[in-house]
Amino acid sequence: MTDTTNQGIPAPEGSSDLIETDYSIGQDNLEGSFGPFGFDIHNPVFMVSGIAIVAFVFYTLALPDQAGAVFSWLFSSVTKGFDWFFLGAANIFVLFCLLLIVTPLGSVRLGGKAATPDYSYAGWFAMLFAAGMGIGLMFYGVSEPMSHFSSSLGGTAAEGGVRSDWAPLGAAAGDEAASIRLGMAATIFHWALHPWAIYAVVALALALFSYNKGLPLTIRSAFYPILGDRVWGWWGHVIDTLAVFATLFGLATSLGFGATQANAGLNHLFGVPINNTVEVLLISGITAIALVSVLRGLDGGVKVLSEINMGLAALLLLFVLIAGPTMAILTGFADYLLAYLEYLPALSNPVGREDVNFSQGWTSFYWAWWISWSPFVGMFIARVSRGRTVREFITCVLLIPSLVCVLWMSVFGGVAIQQVVQDGYTAAQEADLPVQLFLMLENLPLASITSLIGIVLVIVFFVTSSDSGSLVIDTITAGGKVDAPVPQRVFWCIFEGAVAIVLLLSAGGLASLQSMVISTGLPFTVVLLVMCWAIWRGLVAERRANA
Amino acid sequence: MFKHLMVPVDLGHIDKLDRALKTAADLAAHYGAKVTYVGVTSPQPGAVAHSPEEFAEKLARFAAGQTELTGIERAGSHAITVHDPSIDLDRKLAEAAETLGCDLIVMGSHIPKRLDLGSHGGHLAALTHRSVMLVRDAA
Repeated sequence: MTDTTNQGIPAPEGSSDLIETDYSIGQDNLEGSFGPFGFDIHNPVFMVSGIAIVAFVFYTLALPDQAGAVFSWLFSSVTKGFDWFFLGAANIFVLFCLLLIVTPLGSVRLGGKAATPDYSYAGWFAMLFAAGMGIGLMFYGVSEPMSHFSSSLGGTAAEGGVRSDWAPLGAAAGDEAASIRLGMAATIFHWALHPWAIYAVVALALALFSYNKGLPLTIRSAFYPILGDRVWGWWGHVIDTLAVFATLFGLATSLGFGATQANAGLNHLFGVPINNTVEVLLISGITAIALVSVLRGLDGGVKVLSEINMGLAALLLLFVLIAGPTMAILTGFADYLLAYLEYLPALSNPVGREDVNFSQGWTSFYWAWWISWSPFVGMFIARVSRGRTVREFITCVLLIPSLVCVLWMSVFGGVAIQQVVQDGYTAAQEADLPVQLFLMLENLPLASITSLIGIVLVIVFFVTSSDSGSLVIDTITAGGKVDAPVPQRVFWCIFEGAVAIVLLLSAGGLASLQSMVISTGLPFTVVLLVMCWAIWRGLVAERRANA
Repeated sequence: MFKHLMVPVDLGHIDKLDRALKTAADLAAHYGAKVTYVGVTSPQPGAVAHSPEEFAEKLARFAAGQTELTGIERAGSHAITVHDPSIDLDRKLAEAAETLGCDLIVMGSHIPKRLDLGSHGGHLAALTHRSVMLVRDAA
């Protein structure tokens, strides 16, 4: 007699179009133990990326000046030479996602026709949002609208026929109201549809090819329709290794931002000095907290922290909304949203831009940054998205987070700009980027409490990013296995912190981080473009199987 | 003495479970106990199965195979799906022992997969109030 009870999360599977391949997941893996630590790693993806990262850390530590020079050269050549490519590709991702919502392909369910979602909407949304933006929203929430507002107000300037100002589009010299609209539109442009479309493409590709097609949960699986069984060979190794680099440097950049901002906040509140030592201590300390979260796993660590953080972030948002000029912010929200839609075609135009500093220094960098984050965020979203339909998936990954970002920017940026325009309070406007958030809060009641919440938010977002990042890199370097031994995650978690530290210490500081991000983002943009095509093919086949 | 044995199995490493499976079968025959083979999987495709459903089927087939092989009279299978197998495994096994009402857990030792240096069996024994028998490889 045999009775089978199936307890737990995923319920039944429906019909789906499994890809027949002789490759079995984990067949290239090396399994064993190293002293007391067990391992189960993909050969050669783990070795190549592991050795390269360790070598990178030592090179940057040994020759910080030389490394810094290389990084700044990389930054300017990639942003200047390939801005059209980043801008054009990002537009394609947005259009592709919108297309999927309206076509019948949107009804395909991830995990088969009868699959049910693993997580509630609230838990799911908290995780994808915390992973996707987190620290960035804290860092740029005040500082970016403020920068664009100030530069727009300042008008354009030219040197040798090339624009030398940082204003978006044609600026709005001297016109305060128009500068606010343009500044907010430009900020929202960087945080709404485009980044989320980038994430959605990667997440959808991974979820589709793993849950519906039965391939391992790694980036290479999305290339199966194109490369066939060659994805299990060197083609696939290269793709996965690239994804590991992109993730690691993307994470390190955010960690760098987080550390400088936490340092700025601590300085502001408690007079802690701002220097490398404090930032290294912060990164180390926060990495240690992340390790605890890593050891608690997906449900006990990341999920719990994400939910706490979303709660705290919502509280802070609500507080700023109420304590600030509430009505002005709310009408601003609608107005900024309209301004965004109005300026969207011009802002997303990839060629013939006159605002070179803005389109290269801001937009290109952002797109490269989001793209370098996309394997990480995409994989993480994929991991928690089983059971959703494609339409539901894209709506929740593209449209809702975009609206939340518009709201966030309208509140934080809106209040800061109102402080300048209405009250003549310019402390935040004149300060360095990391401290602007705290100076904006200072002009509202209960500043010491809200600033403390701000610091806590930065730190906890930092922890969730580091934790979910280790989870993702570990899965990629274990050939898509999600049950690899925990010490591997610990290794990646520590090295994420190490990369952030050495890059901060190198001659260029944060600029070094940014240049590594865009250098790894560039090849990965090509990967994403190919993914769109693979998703399309995969979904068409899926519909056919379900017909 | 024992009425219901729980035997956690790793379908990816059946070859390493030989001694544990034989021990479980002998104990079941001796006490006339029921045996439930328990397997843990993730929602993601893995080495053993593409989906949780396929995993459950394979586990059921494995249990049926054991019945034939060892002549256990009453055997069943129970598949558990967890989000993060590396972390959740032992806790979920302990919970399964409770919900299934098993009074003895018989398991083979596994290559170490945790920082705590011990095997899953050792960790599981700390988590559950049920009796645990950890079967190691022959010395």
